[in-house]
Amino acid sequence: MQIVVDLNRCQGYAQCAFLAPQVFELHGEEALMFTPAVPDDQRERVHRAAAACPVQAIVVGERAGPGVR
Amino acid sequence: MSGERYDGRIVVVGASLAGLRAAETLRDEGFAGSLTLVGEEPHLPYDRPPLSKQVLLGRVSAQDVGLPSRRDVDARWKLGVRARGIDPVAKQVLLDDGERLPFDRLLIATGTRARAWPDPAEAALDGVLTLRTRDDADRLAERLDAGPRRVLVIGAGFTGSEIASACRERGLEVTVAERGPAPLVGALGGTLGAFAARLQRAHGVDLRCGVTVTALNGGNGRLTGAEFSDGSRIEADVAVVALGAVRNTEWLAGSGLAAGPRGVACDAGCRAFDMYGIVTDDVFVAGDVARFPHPLFEYQMLSLEHWGNAVAQAEVAAHNMVSPGPRRRPHLTVPAFWSSQFGLNIKSVGVPTFSDQVVIAQGSLREGRLIAVYGYRGRVTAAVSVNRAKWLEHYQHLIETAAPFPPGPGAADLLDTGPPVSSDVPDPQHLSHGPTVALTGHLPDRRLTLVRQGD
Amino acid sequence: MQPDTLFQRITDYANRADPYPLYAELRENGVTRQDDGSYLVGTYHEIAALLHDPRISSDYRSRTHPDEAMIRRNERPPSFIGLDDPEHDRLRRIAMRPFGPPHSPGRIDELHGDITRIAEELIDAFRGADRIDIVDEFAYPLPVTVICRLLGVPHEDVPRIRAWTNAIIDSFDFTPGADQEKRQQAGLDARDAMARYLGELAGGRRGHPSEDMLSALVNDAGPEGRLTDVELMATATLLLIAGHETTVNLITNGVLTLLRHPDAHKRLRDEPGLMPRAVEELLRYEPPVHMLPQRTPLADIEVAGVTVPKGAPLILMLASGNRDPLRFDDPDRFDPEREDNQHFGFGSGIHNCFGAPLARLETQIALGALLPYLDDFHLLDDPPPYRRSPLLRGPRHLLIARG
Repeated sequence: MQIVVDLNRCQGYAQCAFLAPQVFELHGEEALMFTPAVPDDQRERVHRAAAACPVQAIVVGERAGPGVR
Repeated sequence: MSGERYDGRIVVVGASLAGLRAAETLRDEGFAGSLTLVGEEPHLPYDRPPLSKQVLLGRVSAQDVGLPSRRDVDARWKLGVRARGIDPVAKQVLLDDGERLPFDRLLIATGTRARAWPDPAEAALDGVLTLRTRDDADRLAERLDAGPRRVLVIGAGFTGSEIASACRERGLEVTVAERGPAPLVGALGGTLGAFAARLQRAHGVDLRCGVTVTALNGGNGRLTGAEFSDGSRIEADVAVVALGAVRNTEWLAGSGLAAGPRGVACDAGCRAFDMYGIVTDDVFVAGDVARFPHPLFEYQMLSLEHWGNAVAQAEVAAHNMVSPGPRRRPHLTVPAFWSSQFGLNIKSVGVPTFSDQVVIAQGSLREGRLIAVYGYRGRVTAAVSVNRAKWLEHYQHLIETAAPFPPGPGAADLLDTGPPVSSDVPDPQHLSHGPTVALTGHLPDRRLTLVRQGD
Repeated sequence: MQPDTLFQRITDYANRADPYPLYAELRENGVTRQDDGSYLVGTYHEIAALLHDPRISSDYRSRTHPDEAMIRRNERPPSFIGLDDPEHDRLRRIAMRPFGPPHSPGRIDELHGDITRIAEELIDAFRGADRIDIVDEFAYPLPVTVICRLLGVPHEDVPRIRAWTNAIIDSFDFTPGADQEKRQQAGLDARDAMARYLGELAGGRRGHPSEDMLSALVNDAGPEGRLTDVELMATATLLLIAGHETTVNLITNGVLTLLRHPDAHKRLRDEPGLMPRAVEELLRYEPPVHMLPQRTPLADIEVAGVTVPKGAPLILMLASGNRDPLRFDDPDRFDPEREDNQHFGFGSGIHNCFGAPLARLETQIALGALLPYLDDFHLLDDPPPYRRSPLLRGPRHLLIARG
């Protein structure tokens, strides 16, 4: 699982940092840092975080990069 | 409705954020023809903002910053190959490996690269680096892991400031050299520039403004230190050249397109102009390399090095590539970007450099929590928040509606009460760092030309 | 009907079971001035703009004519919910320190196992029963147990807490009438009693740190320092009440909604991974908090062509915004897979619900655990009997029966 956060949308509600603290982390009071390559044992938490994001800023993909032909 | 162009051959040159989002949007919108993406780097599309943050802090490996796949794009990927030109008559993209890619429609999304240190011999010293790509970040993170005695950052724009922040967070000594009066001043003007300078110093950065680096010294091929225009010198084993970005347009020299150091000019629908100012209908532009008119900023041609612009413009370009005239959309997104450094979240909407005045509208500089609002000739044109992101959409609305500047009274949390002051956006020729927003047209009263012409 | 009596009709207990047609009327009428001089806003985009407008105060002292109940309620020091920045921000950051990121990032995530166990124990207790009150036997005990553990409130005091909380919630009832005065006074008395109780509890931990939030609030100090005693009492009271009351309604509304929508119920049973999104949809469709009644403009502001004067009461009807067809496709449909669901279930802007992540996790776990068990059950009363408050709206009981 691979993620990216649109930090233009992010307003620092930090729901993701509560719900998947190993993947999303507040750096200071408001800045968000995330781990783009999600460990397998964090998948369910990341789904919870993405659903909870009040500004729907978390893009979740099953893998990194599109299929290469 | 007929006229959609869902088949044929589309080539996208540039396989980063804009290229990927364009490819995904093309398929989302029903494009069923052949799609080829060409990328100079050998990697699949990846996300650049973490490179100067999570990656330098050692929390994320540079290998792991790939962009997620939102959908299958069913494309042919030509990675690790440069495009070196376009044959506009035959409608072909020429690649470095000799292949010619025929296209019916072309998207140019070649972005920018890091401006190199001007002295090739000094630039070649071991320890002199830039930060733009995944590989750059990998190399720099490795250097920081090794525990250098001092890191020199040349240029205090966003990238340089974020690098300095990561170094301090890792406990490394860092010197920042900036030719302008303050960090970030090229993007945010004087008030927040002065704030950024205090911030850096409070975090232990050896910040030197108003100086240039006159020499990078080496011994046995390794960097040993640097000399400054004020006669001072330091020892350093790593130097990061953060002098801003250069638009990747050289390959278009013979294409007949309006391509130059400021980018590839296009209309509001992302269609490229040719060198005569005639709009093409089969060549589109998106992302950092594009130069486009924006109605909120008096139709000035803007070049934005912003993540959000790459996404929004790529989506508009892709839509317009498969849509007939009346269904095409303009790219009108309000520019926006963010930076995190020294524990603060800095976000911007609008174009702060398109301003003559600035006022603190909420919070205070002293607290480090604030909203600064920028105006030009009595209209709100931008706002910047520091750890106050939840208010920003209010100001975005003011920008979109060209609301009067200064904004009316009544904010509950205004602590720094004072009149608007000059926004003090310096002439970019006096900066080390290139601005991340370039106003590439001309204002009647200020003749801003914010593209740096080399050092 | 007259738009200037809309608020009266919305708050009329007779309309508690289904206020949504009145919200549609409100949206139709735009921003409506009520005959008492207050202004009602029920459309999504206008509410969103107001929640992010720095000229909108949450402090009752910003009103030109604060009503009597409000003044009396606010003779006590306000909690951060009724303050503006920078005070709101300072108090909220201090309260956040032992609750969530950046200082305590794992706090809520670590409760996962506890919440699951509590849910399973509660289900075990009624496993053989043919008739269950979802409120009393599940939706209430679960969040109250969790918040008591989190704050460090002894479980044996729950009956007292429930009585105080009910009195406080009932006082947020705007229905005029002979007993209004009595309800207001009972609410204030309960709030004082709860504040004293929590103050004493916290005071006893000073110098004797334990793992709970009350202890952290009196023993740890961050860059903002500690709460004063009165701030501590107001904050702890808010955390305890808001920390379970709304979740009770959310879980109950969830069971009610799923029993009313068998297709969605089946969909979620077959695909439990949809639960996080289903809970978001629930927060849009049947939110536990229906309105924000205590906002006031600090300057004359224009909202959708209407000027709301400085100091006037401004009431934001969140639950109406959640059903605005200009924002949500087919808004009256419960769609657990809804995309782009930026609802107002937890408000938005700086006063967004402090406990939102806890409420989310509790409701996801609670409904997930209960769902497989609900197959054989149906609603005994539909609509169920509702509690009085139009603000914190939810069933008083939710009786379900087998067969």
